[in-house]
Amino acid sequence: MTDAAELRRRTQELLAAHPPATTDRTDFLRARFDAGLAWVHYPEGLGGLGAPRTLQAVVDAELEAAEAPDNDPRRIGIGLGMAAPTILGFGTEEQKRRFLRPLWTGEEVWCQLFSEPGAGSDLAALGTRAVREGDTWVVNGQKVWTSSAHVARWAILIARTDPDVPKHRGITYFVCDMTDPGVEVRPLRQITGEAEFNEVFLTDVRIPDSRRLGDVGDGWKVAQTTLMNERVSIGGMRIPREGGMIGPVSRTWRERPELRTHDLHQRLLKLWVEAEVARITGERLRQQLVAGQPGPEGSGMKLGFARLNQEISGLEVELLGEEGLLYDDWTMRRPELVDFTGRDAGYRYLRSKGNSIEGGTSEVLLNIVAERVLGLPSEPRTDKDVAWKDLAR
Amino acid sequence: MTTQSTQPDLLYSEEEEALRAAVRDLLTDRCDAAGVIARTESHTPHDPELWKALSAGMGLAGLLVPEARGGQGATHREAAVVLEELGRAVAPVPYLSSAVVATEAVLACEDDELTARLASGRTVGVLAVSLGTAPGAAFSTVRLEDGLLHGELTGIADAVAADVLLVPAQDGGLYAVDAESATVTPRVSLDLTRPVATVGLDGAQGRRLGDAEPAVRRALRAGAGLLASEQLGLAEWSLTETVRYLKERKQFNRPVGGFQALKHRLAQLWLEVVNLRAAARNAADALATGSGDADVAVAVAQAYAAPVAVHAAEEALQLHAGIGMTWEHPVHLYLKRAKADSLAYGTAGAHREALAELVDLRAP
Repeated sequence: MTDAAELRRRTQELLAAHPPATTDRTDFLRARFDAGLAWVHYPEGLGGLGAPRTLQAVVDAELEAAEAPDNDPRRIGIGLGMAAPTILGFGTEEQKRRFLRPLWTGEEVWCQLFSEPGAGSDLAALGTRAVREGDTWVVNGQKVWTSSAHVARWAILIARTDPDVPKHRGITYFVCDMTDPGVEVRPLRQITGEAEFNEVFLTDVRIPDSRRLGDVGDGWKVAQTTLMNERVSIGGMRIPREGGMIGPVSRTWRERPELRTHDLHQRLLKLWVEAEVARITGERLRQQLVAGQPGPEGSGMKLGFARLNQEISGLEVELLGEEGLLYDDWTMRRPELVDFTGRDAGYRYLRSKGNSIEGGTSEVLLNIVAERVLGLPSEPRTDKDVAWKDLAR
Repeated sequence: MTTQSTQPDLLYSEEEEALRAAVRDLLTDRCDAAGVIARTESHTPHDPELWKALSAGMGLAGLLVPEARGGQGATHREAAVVLEELGRAVAPVPYLSSAVVATEAVLACEDDELTARLASGRTVGVLAVSLGTAPGAAFSTVRLEDGLLHGELTGIADAVAADVLLVPAQDGGLYAVDAESATVTPRVSLDLTRPVATVGLDGAQGRRLGDAEPAVRRALRAGAGLLASEQLGLAEWSLTETVRYLKERKQFNRPVGGFQALKHRLAQLWLEVVNLRAAARNAADALATGSGDADVAVAVAQAYAAPVAVHAAEEALQLHAGIGMTWEHPVHLYLKRAKADSLAYGTAGAHREALAELVDLRAP
């Protein structure tokens, strides 16, 4: 097995052969991928060495010390966190070789075509149709809440291939070429004024059968891998005290004593404690993962952060008094990156409203905790044995 | 501003898990809910046999005491695990009072003889400071006249079980007083498993152990920090037992645990328990390592723990509904302990006020 010393040696070899100071960024990233140091837990030949996932930190630390460029993971989060594990798990050898390298280096950005106007929490009810014509699938439908669609080269797509069976069974998973002439991307403006997401209209988009991931009708199972990884990818980082949204409001409190009131003080202290406890909980979760004892605790982190972000940013608007009546900028923009704390309190307040909706609503996540962690019975299902075409809509 | 030096270890070691299993086995055998309820109305609210098994049998009274001074040489991390289990069982033993709070006070005074007696568990010690006192807050003292102690101290938890009382006097000293030379008057207490009493001293002999102020502060800080682990145990029992019951209880031809209105509440509670575990481990680890962050870690844990334990017990009662209101069902033991704990060693509000200074978020 590849151990830490071996990884250090290989990383130093990479650095010696491709000195970051004199090597083109993309060339360096390609070389890193080919050396198996991109994601060490991936198989050899696909950017990894089949090493334990926890040893990635060893490589990252060496590369950071050498000031090597990284692949800007925040820009390609959907590719890294969702598309890659799904391709690895269900793709053919050819698909893995074609897609994983440019995905990891960031040369090809990925987006996710899952949610639809009529299929939000009930994602399996989706209605985008894929009809087979020989070796090609013809896709028609509308997707929504697609971040990065306007810059993406590829998309992971789930579509209905059989409307005559119950909804979970008639879905197939594809890789969709975002440059296909039938793909139209329109910005979707949000309450913050900007358009971080898109609507994607698919009109007679032609997808070769060779870009199918998994078997026909198995798309729901494949999508579970994608969605599990979406939730796992949160919580891997170590956050300093006051590292989240509590930071800006605490600084304002310290710097501007004229804004303080007793009511706000009580509420701030309460939220400060909750934010600190959430931080410690995240650190405990991280330690569990590093120790190889992943628990169910991760499923709760997003719920807690959503509520805290909303309450803290709401308090911050109040703390600012008259300034709380202002907003920094309503201009319609299409940011490539989302920064929850990068703008003013009003923006934070509005943007955080999405935290309890995106990536699973808090209500659905509470169901998941209740059913999968606590083992409580699920609601009686009325849709399980009904053909998709006969569902109420 | 505060900074964290080294990262705390927030997990449980294998040894700590083994300790937990041993304590849990003992409590399963020797501390069933029906027995605890019956004992609350007897003349001995504490269980001396269980105390003996924990202390003489397992050596747990001496966890915080170095081996050279007659203890086990363990740390607050292990004591916290014991308290989680004692909380789960609402065990009526003076563990927090004697093996943590009184022991810390005596360790601060470096009195080897009394330290060894407390570590063995043969002697139960109780710090005669009102249970509601937060670390760093003012506490009552008694008069010292011609070398004898006079006065009355109220709100003293577990005093009825004490062999030795640690009494702060007006001269700034902390005195060891034999319980037999004091008048301990039990009060009818909200929490019958950790009852409070009034301690009267009328010319009692005391032996000066050292300075009261630093000893009391250190004792109350450890008490507050480790109380969070007891509260975790209370909350965990409340959640686990309620989940179990709601899977079994049927109304409207379904297990009631399948209704979203109820299961969302339980999921919410689970989140709080997960958070509390991290906060409690963080406090125990900070006390164990003597971290510079210990004051913050303890205040954060206590500001968070008390409302969670109370919420868990209140939810347990409401979701058990009618049966939860009966004397026979143990949920009231947890509610009473959790509510009393929310006053112990400073309320959540008192700890938030402490944080306002510690992390520089000052009042208007």
